[in-house]
Amino acid sequence: MATLSIPNPVPSAIEDAEKLRKAFQGWGTDEKAMIAVLAHRDAAQRKQIKIAYEEQYKEKLLKRIESEISGHFERAVYRWIFDPVERQAIMANIAIKNKVVDFPVIIEIACINSSNELLAVKQVYQSLYKHSLEEDVASHATGDFRKLLFALVGTYRYDGEEINTELAKTEAKILNDAITKGEYNSDEIIRILSTRSKAQLQATFNCYKDAHNLSITKALSTKTPNDFVIALRAAIRCRTTPTKYFEKVLRNILQKSGMDEDALTRVIVMHAEKDLKEIKELFQTRANMTLEQAVAKKTSGDYENFLLALIGN
Amino acid sequence: MATEEQLALTRALSGDGGLGVEESKLVSIIGKWRKKPDEISSFRKSFNRLFSINGHIEKCEDDHMQKLAIEFSRFHHITLLWVMHPHERDALWAHQVTHKNHHASILVEIACTRPAEELLGVRRAYQTLFHHSLEEDVAYQIKDSKSKLLVGLVSSYRYEGPKVDNDVAKSEAKALHNAIKTAGANKILDNDEVVRILTTRSILHLKKIFKYYKELHGKYLEEDLSGDALLLQTVLCFDSPANYFSQVINDAFKEGAKHMEKEGLSRVMVSRSDVDMEEIKEAYAKLYGAKLSSVIAKKTHGCFRDSLLALAGVTNA
Repeated sequence: MATLSIPNPVPSAIEDAEKLRKAFQGWGTDEKAMIAVLAHRDAAQRKQIKIAYEEQYKEKLLKRIESEISGHFERAVYRWIFDPVERQAIMANIAIKNKVVDFPVIIEIACINSSNELLAVKQVYQSLYKHSLEEDVASHATGDFRKLLFALVGTYRYDGEEINTELAKTEAKILNDAITKGEYNSDEIIRILSTRSKAQLQATFNCYKDAHNLSITKALSTKTPNDFVIALRAAIRCRTTPTKYFEKVLRNILQKSGMDEDALTRVIVMHAEKDLKEIKELFQTRANMTLEQAVAKKTSGDYENFLLALIGN
Repeated sequence: MATEEQLALTRALSGDGGLGVEESKLVSIIGKWRKKPDEISSFRKSFNRLFSINGHIEKCEDDHMQKLAIEFSRFHHITLLWVMHPHERDALWAHQVTHKNHHASILVEIACTRPAEELLGVRRAYQTLFHHSLEEDVAYQIKDSKSKLLVGLVSSYRYEGPKVDNDVAKSEAKALHNAIKTAGANKILDNDEVVRILTTRSILHLKKIFKYYKELHGKYLEEDLSGDALLLQTVLCFDSPANYFSQVINDAFKEGAKHMEKEGLSRVMVSRSDVDMEEIKEAYAKLYGAKLSSVIAKKTHGCFRDSLLALAGVTNA
């Protein structure tokens, strides 16, 4: 469930556009007013605000926002404004054009969406960037990462519930053979992980756990952090237990030293209108504090206020 | 001395000398030989391919009956293919590759000549029919060196807009050339760059690559790929589908053509009739110096022939 809270009744798009305009005018920016509007509107409403603002004031809302605010706050608002499909296309492109492809973003987008949701992202990606998502992933990622990311992004997976138990047993064995040999980049691991339906994959991992008394993600833990294995584990988690995956990502960001604002922004912004509520609840049981408390501890200023508004309290 | 009817009946029931069966001729002979059991009996005695003496009767040979069944049912087969939803058609053909050992070239044909949305529709139809994704079945059933190429091709959802980056196309033409030079003759399929370029780039971009390849290296990419049938076919399907389909048709009519090659005729005529039949007719004439409609008229029979000519857009057979 979403954590996004929208006032009832919600002001019209024109009223909202006026409020934003007022927030931009004069010295400095009234960030609180910006957050009060933007962080409390759903995707359709935000789109209407953009249109209303442009019609009224003859300038693009996004361009104005970019010139008014900066830093982590600006990046968060920028990503938030778009609807979920366009947002993911934009974030995928940013991840790809990074010096080194930001693989967690691609894995999340490729693995959490249903086949049709991912397809919608790809269509928007094509219209924005005049390339297919697959071709950009393939041409920017290299080696084993290319194999994995391309396979995850490219497959139009079957979403049905049927399970073939014999096949699950066989493929659990195939996974075990590859893992015991340390061949984490094996074609078979990638094939199974990227092409099988969610139901079939879950059945396969259950067979694996039954046979070896160890979950597959634990089996893939290595003493020395190996980026590719980290990617494999992320893909496995995203495909089977996404809520747990995101909860863990948040806990890592908020409870360890150092701070990855981009990752924090990504998780909050991408889930506030989707399933942040479940992630939040799980976080609270695991971290012994609320997500709001954890975010407040590690962030500050407008950035913090914006995130807290999205997390909902 | 064989009568005209005996010769015609022999031709009609021999199962070679062309595809399909001359139904109208058979019907007229049935009419002519009504109440003339001796005529039929003497035909049975003389036509050893279909009949052999067994006790007091001339029994029908099972092998030959199966052959005949195929020829008689070509019209049936092509009609059903024609009336089916194009996505179901393609999905069934794809499934025959993954589950009935049909040739992988059919997957390449579907993946490379259908527009992106159509290929997507085929994948959806495949899921509806078989409760698996096409990608997972191809990846699972085909595990040899062709696998990467085939999985990549069927997974593709290519950009179809007009924008092409000429610099990238040039460098990828060079990359292809390097890959071909350094790989062994049969190992080009293993090269990640080759597979990446062919399975992800837009068709306009690929055509630019082919153009630069010739300009930079003096040879057509097809010439350098001649050692690998599947790669060659992939390039041909992108570069000139009309030429590719003409080849498939020609293979069906060749002397000694196998059953699968003959089926290719129906597949191409049905799947391309509404798409690029005019271009195929032109290409066929250029490649083989003969009008496609004439070749069809000569080498096929009966309702099958008439349906092919209709699909080819020829109004008076």
